[in-house]
Amino acid sequence: MDFSMQCPVPFSQYSTVQLAHGGGGRLMRELIEGLFRAAFARSADQQPEGPPIGRAAADPLRTPLLEAAHDSAVIEPGAGPLAFTTDSFVVSPLFFPGGDIGCLAVFGTVNDLAMAGAKPLALSAAFIIEEGFPFDQLQRVVESMARAAATAGVRIVTGDTKVVDRGKGDGLFITTSGVGRVPPGVAIHPSRVAAGDQVIISGDLGRHGLAIMSVRQGLEFETELQSDCAPLNGLVEAMLAAAVDPQDIHCLRDLTRGGLAAAANEIAQDAAVGMVLHETEIPVCAAVRAACELLGLDPLYAANEGRLMAVVAPRSAPAVLAAMKSHPAGADARLIGTVSAEHPGVVELLGPYGPGRILDLLSGEQMPRIC
Amino acid sequence: MKYLSEYRDADQVRRAAEAIRAAATRPWCIMEVCGGQTHSILRFALDRMLPESLTLIHGPGCPVCVTPVEVLDRALALAARPEVIFCSFGDMLRVPGSRGDLFAVKSAGGDVRVVYSPMDAVELARRHPDREVVFFGVGFETTAPTNAMAVLQAARLGLKNFSLLAAHVLVPPAIRAVLASPQCRVQGFLAAGHVCTITGISEYLPIAAEQRVPIVVTGFEPLDLLQGILMCVRQLESGRHEVEIQYTRSVRPEGNPAALRAMAEVFQTVSRPWRGIGVIPDSGLGLRPQFAQFDAERRFDLSGITAVESSECRAGEVLQGLIRPHQCPAFADRCTPQHPLGAPMVSAEGACAAYYRYRRSS
Repeated sequence: MDFSMQCPVPFSQYSTVQLAHGGGGRLMRELIEGLFRAAFARSADQQPEGPPIGRAAADPLRTPLLEAAHDSAVIEPGAGPLAFTTDSFVVSPLFFPGGDIGCLAVFGTVNDLAMAGAKPLALSAAFIIEEGFPFDQLQRVVESMARAAATAGVRIVTGDTKVVDRGKGDGLFITTSGVGRVPPGVAIHPSRVAAGDQVIISGDLGRHGLAIMSVRQGLEFETELQSDCAPLNGLVEAMLAAAVDPQDIHCLRDLTRGGLAAAANEIAQDAAVGMVLHETEIPVCAAVRAACELLGLDPLYAANEGRLMAVVAPRSAPAVLAAMKSHPAGADARLIGTVSAEHPGVVELLGPYGPGRILDLLSGEQMPRIC
Repeated sequence: MKYLSEYRDADQVRRAAEAIRAAATRPWCIMEVCGGQTHSILRFALDRMLPESLTLIHGPGCPVCVTPVEVLDRALALAARPEVIFCSFGDMLRVPGSRGDLFAVKSAGGDVRVVYSPMDAVELARRHPDREVVFFGVGFETTAPTNAMAVLQAARLGLKNFSLLAAHVLVPPAIRAVLASPQCRVQGFLAAGHVCTITGISEYLPIAAEQRVPIVVTGFEPLDLLQGILMCVRQLESGRHEVEIQYTRSVRPEGNPAALRAMAEVFQTVSRPWRGIGVIPDSGLGLRPQFAQFDAERRFDLSGITAVESSECRAGEVLQGLIRPHQCPAFADRCTPQHPLGAPMVSAEGACAAYYRYRRSS
């Protein structure tokens, strides 16, 4: 997609964000009109079909955000249940190999909707900006969000901006919320997970977590690793279409904080089932493996931003796996285990030599070790 | 991955386990000294591949675990001072002192930073001349040389605001302490490959000879550990007590002379208390008097701190191999990684953490 990184005209005489940019006056209007509205409207234009369902009521323009005078965006979701989710993004550093806080904020919420099987309709974006934050960085983030929204096929239709005193924030925080429509026949929930179900992951693990760690202050190490940051809604659509019945997709989780270990444990506990995973079937690329060995981390606990875990009825598993492999977001998909009725709430990891161990939740974030 | 996948090869691992079963004709007790080895054994379930007559006892080789609570309390006090940037390896942040941990100090406003090398702390000191940068120098002989280099570098740069809270401990005195215990069942040792990469084996020769125990310097991958166990069993079966090196791709008998020189220049041997075990003579490293200005304990007034240890925690017995973690009544009940009573439950190399993480259901 050819999408210019440059804002056509400078929208502000300031090089950094001032408190007044959040003050409700002329400067704030300049920021919204010149930066947010311009970028998100162009993003909407990149989507020739428009959002799948969402449409601005009585608005001739393509996105309700353009109606700056309104306090709410109005969308017509169509029939059927809605999925609704929200997520805050406080990543540090804001720019990292393979992505930035902007695309993360869009893909994160799109993926949360996708994990309910929903087609994303519209997003909101709220910005908390620290006074003195450089405009060129804000512009990069906003352009990245616009590009990400175009890639995921979703519109950013409303937003909010607050500027806090210097020292009261860490540069930039973004909160996105999203609504999506759940298509008929889709019933994704941990309670539907049953013994005999197959466990599939959409690709190799740990790229995002290790890419972030490689640039975090105090831990910098050289690597070619890039974050796996990507939208998963297209992949989920392909999976639902490939299943014998869409209801055969019992549960989906994106493998963000806590990684595969956290997602598998949550499902096992919520569904009161056991899970047996085969360590040798779980793909981890050489760069992630090497960095994990060096830092004393386990890739199964590392964060991902473009990977999901699916629990699928056995009869649909081969077709779903095949559909995933032929989708760009699931090219390295693998069947990694099964759900069992034994040991409810426990995830067992079978090692390369046969005997297993528990794959437990960590109490907090993984910490690099001493030696 | 080079030097990793080869040492995890499933066929070779199975063959090594079979060789141990064939070699062991009697019951034997072997201690793996290093907590990293303990974690590998549990993570790969290697102990379940061994004959039942062979018992592995987990040793005291976890630097986080043996750091005394009073040293942790000093770290917490330092980290809470407004002028201090307190730098630590990540492992130490969750280890409980008498009153909370470094995470708690951080959330209360202390400037606590996780670094991966003491050189990063030196760099922070250079960049922040108006602040006091303290590095928490925890570890065995593996981390002592880099910490020594950090002090030498700070001296070269003429830094007046860098200091080390030194809590270094040494492996050979700990092995002697384990053997001196009347309850000791250990008949052979797997020594820590990374420590011996620095120190060589000279200090282990008299222990093997005097105490008549085989010592095999062993690596950390599954095949390393099984080969080390096999070498140890063969010595035991044939009545030998030698120092052998399994981890030949890293360890030379003479060690790393450059690292040893840096250590000797900066540090001197001191007696140290080990958490849960007590004072072991000549078992630690402290800064030499000529580097006193880099010694956080002399730079800051740290008097008046009284340490309080949980009376329920049996970490000392775990660290000496006298009980296994799940034999402690508090294990996985009143002591968990979320609410640890002792350090072995939170350290990446702690035996209690390994049992909690990999073996809780058994």
